[in-house]
Amino acid sequence: MVELRAVVALLGRFPALSGVSLTVDAGETVLVRGPNGAGKTTLLRLCAGLVRPESGMAIVLGHDLTDGVERRAVRRRVALLGHGAALYDDLTVVENLRFWARAAGLTSGSGDDGVEQRVAGVLDRLAVPKRLVDQRASALSQGQRRRVALAALAVRRPELWLLDEPHAGLDQAGRDIVDGLIVEAVAAGGTVVVSSHELERVATLSPRVVTLAGGQVLDGGGLG
Amino acid sequence: MIGRISRDAWLVACRDLRIEARSRVVLDQVVPFSVLVLVLFGFALDADNRTLRTFAPGLFWVAVLLSALLAVQRSATLDRSDGTDTALRMSGLSPISLFLGRASAVYVQLVALQVVLVGGLLILYGVDVEDPLLLVVAGLVAGVAVAAAGTLYGALASGLGVRETLLPILLLPVLAPVLIGATRAFDDALGAAAVDGWAWTGLLSLAALILTVVGASTHSALVED
Repeated sequence: MVELRAVVALLGRFPALSGVSLTVDAGETVLVRGPNGAGKTTLLRLCAGLVRPESGMAIVLGHDLTDGVERRAVRRRVALLGHGAALYDDLTVVENLRFWARAAGLTSGSGDDGVEQRVAGVLDRLAVPKRLVDQRASALSQGQRRRVALAALAVRRPELWLLDEPHAGLDQAGRDIVDGLIVEAVAAGGTVVVSSHELERVATLSPRVVTLAGGQVLDGGGLG
Repeated sequence: MIGRISRDAWLVACRDLRIEARSRVVLDQVVPFSVLVLVLFGFALDADNRTLRTFAPGLFWVAVLLSALLAVQRSATLDRSDGTDTALRMSGLSPISLFLGRASAVYVQLVALQVVLVGGLLILYGVDVEDPLLLVVAGLVAGVAVAAAGTLYGALASGLGVRETLLPILLLPVLAPVLIGATRAFDDALGAAAVDGWAWTGLLSLAALILTVVGASTHSALVED
């Protein structure tokens, strides 16, 4: 699913990842931890095909990330929850979800693959209150935005989930919902890589913890 | 392939126009600004109707270009906040679709702006329209060129992470030939000068085509890696 060997990646001129080696198998949930500036976000963005590896080998979902065309191809199969919610403030919650669903290639067809069915399904699954559905995104709280951002990713049913601090800004109910979503994603055959400071919470979801520091894997990379 | 590009471009254009309909930035800010520019030109030329009629085509297009800068900046800003730029890169939308969708939305707004400004010319400057068909065709074709170049340079300025104030310096020199061609075409349509407006409209069409093709083909480099 994910295979990185001695990967170096730059953030501007500076190496954010310095020889990272890591494997993640299909159906695994992996927690990436480390202090601020350890390279967690860059690692997730690299796996998402957004950051070009300067050297080393990087294969995600069978795509070689050193190739630009391959990086674009992998993005369509991966969901990345970054620090922003990626919502348009002047669109309503449901309009935002419809937009991202159609952008991912979903059409208005009937059945489980139709845009409306998928959107209704994830809104229900993530317990987004009905009163919020037709509200503009600008009216949402930070926690509600985070939840809708996750809904926008879930609507695509990605093969690989890359979640950067998914619990940030969420209340207890929201955190439980995120945990449930991760469990469901894995049960459905997906793979999840989570970057989080909340070790105790995420540790209940995954026994595998990868420790990053200074752009290097200190522990748990899965490679000798 | 073409079907998917058209569908995605339509999706992006509808998104931008829906956002504009809600935020009313163009309606409440850009259109009043453009009318104000026409009024100020009137003050500057001492409200001499003959002078105003003579220079109306050029003043019209300067007002359109200045207002287009605001519309383009607004369009480029939409995909720069709250991680939407990254989400678009992850979405599967092709850069060509993004370009065509954004440019189409800007184009619709520019056409609406031109309609208001033509009304301004008629009312404030007292111009007569001698060739309405030429006026409409030249306006529509020049609008394509302005929207295409604006979308391209808006993405360029956004991608470079430079200040928004740099956009006019990048865009206006590129649009200078469009300004000249559109002004000449309007000179003919409004009877301000004896020129062949249709020939200038032909050149405008060529400029619009080139800018659209260049924009669509280079947008990938601006929004991708």
